[in-house]
Amino acid sequence: MLEATELECQRGGRTLFRKLSFTLRNGESLRVAGPNGSGKTSLLRILCGLAVPAQGEVRWNREPVASLREDYARQLVYIGHAAALKDELTPRENLDFACRLAGRQAKDEALRWALSSLAVPDLPARKLSQGQRRRAALARLLLAGMMPLWLLDEPFAALDTAAAGYVEELIGRHLQAGGSVVYTTHQPCALDEAAQVVQL
Amino acid sequence: MILEAARTLVARDLRLALRQKSDVGTALLFFVIVASLFPLGIGAEPDRLRSIAPGVIWVSALLSTLLSLRRLFEGDYADGTLEQILLGAAPLPVAVAAKTAAHWLVAGLPLVLIAPLIALQYDVAASLYGVLALSLLLGTPVLSIIGAIGAALTLGLRGGGVLLALLVLPLYVPVLVMGAGAVEMAAAGLDPAGQLLLLAALLIVAAVFAPWAIATALRISSE
Repeated sequence: MLEATELECQRGGRTLFRKLSFTLRNGESLRVAGPNGSGKTSLLRILCGLAVPAQGEVRWNREPVASLREDYARQLVYIGHAAALKDELTPRENLDFACRLAGRQAKDEALRWALSSLAVPDLPARKLSQGQRRRAALARLLLAGMMPLWLLDEPFAALDTAAAGYVEELIGRHLQAGGSVVYTTHQPCALDEAAQVVQL
Repeated sequence: MILEAARTLVARDLRLALRQKSDVGTALLFFVIVASLFPLGIGAEPDRLRSIAPGVIWVSALLSTLLSLRRLFEGDYADGTLEQILLGAAPLPVAVAAKTAAHWLVAGLPLVLIAPLIALQYDVAASLYGVLALSLLLGTPVLSIIGAIGAALTLGLRGGGVLLALLVLPLYVPVLVMGAGAVEMAAAGLDPAGQLLLLAALLIVAAVFAPWAIATALRISSE
């Protein structure tokens, strides 16, 4: 269960949002909505513990995330604005590294399966298009079924409709299995009906 | 699992270094060129060259390390991998210690190996090669470790390169004094063990405490 109480975020002397509270239970999703520059990414970074809120607190299963640190990090998948791909490595090497960094070891077949499910070619990441890079980053979700909390910053950006549909399906399955998802998006999607909305 | 994460980071950084050889080569070539400029500027008088050799080689190693420090976190910061490292399963001090160790393997160890070749240009007695290499072997990891603190603090700043140099170079002074001092003492026929032990002590203290400083600096500058 993810709880945010009275969060306030300041960037460059400007208050982006204040008194933001919500509770996200297992199996629930939350959509963060708002125009460009309203602090969606900042909120996500606060939720995953990368940034500290000016006021308020984020709690995971009633414990403040600031004191949980790696124990909290091991429970979540964060896919940020940047794809976290190394240009010199292939998508498979990148995915392998991401899994190991998160403390899991994926077998070679699992890596291949995840990447082929999203139709990512086996080229150095430098040669991939924007959409393919996004797919390569999202492939981490296929190997992260057991992580209870997904925090996704613009997961559908640069994806074609087929891939976006596939990712929606993945998120839907994760919610059904009792996971929680926080996502930001500008495109309306099928997940929005069931999701709580935070308007920044 | 913690060791596994550290091993993963070292292996990845080494693989990245192998795939962008030019980056690694530049710092090493810089070391060779800077160290080779002095005889050209000062003149080829063997006695003078022999007496300045330890200092010149050490200062060149310092500058070469400085040149490669920007690479330490910059790439990971730019492409978002640093966020994933911050959110990794291993404690951050372990992850940064692994990255710093990889930096030394790529930027420091080659200097140790090539230093005798530079010493040859300065007509340094062959009996001193051992002390020179040993002083660099103990000293260059300290350069990487202290440099990593500076690199983490200046991450993402505009003009961070110059600031990094201003921040880190003064902190390099003890390493320089002891490293070059050990070789000079050996050249004068004295026992360099004292200086080398001091360098070793410095290395141990830096290796034990710096990872926390680097981790804290990274958290602050990546926020």
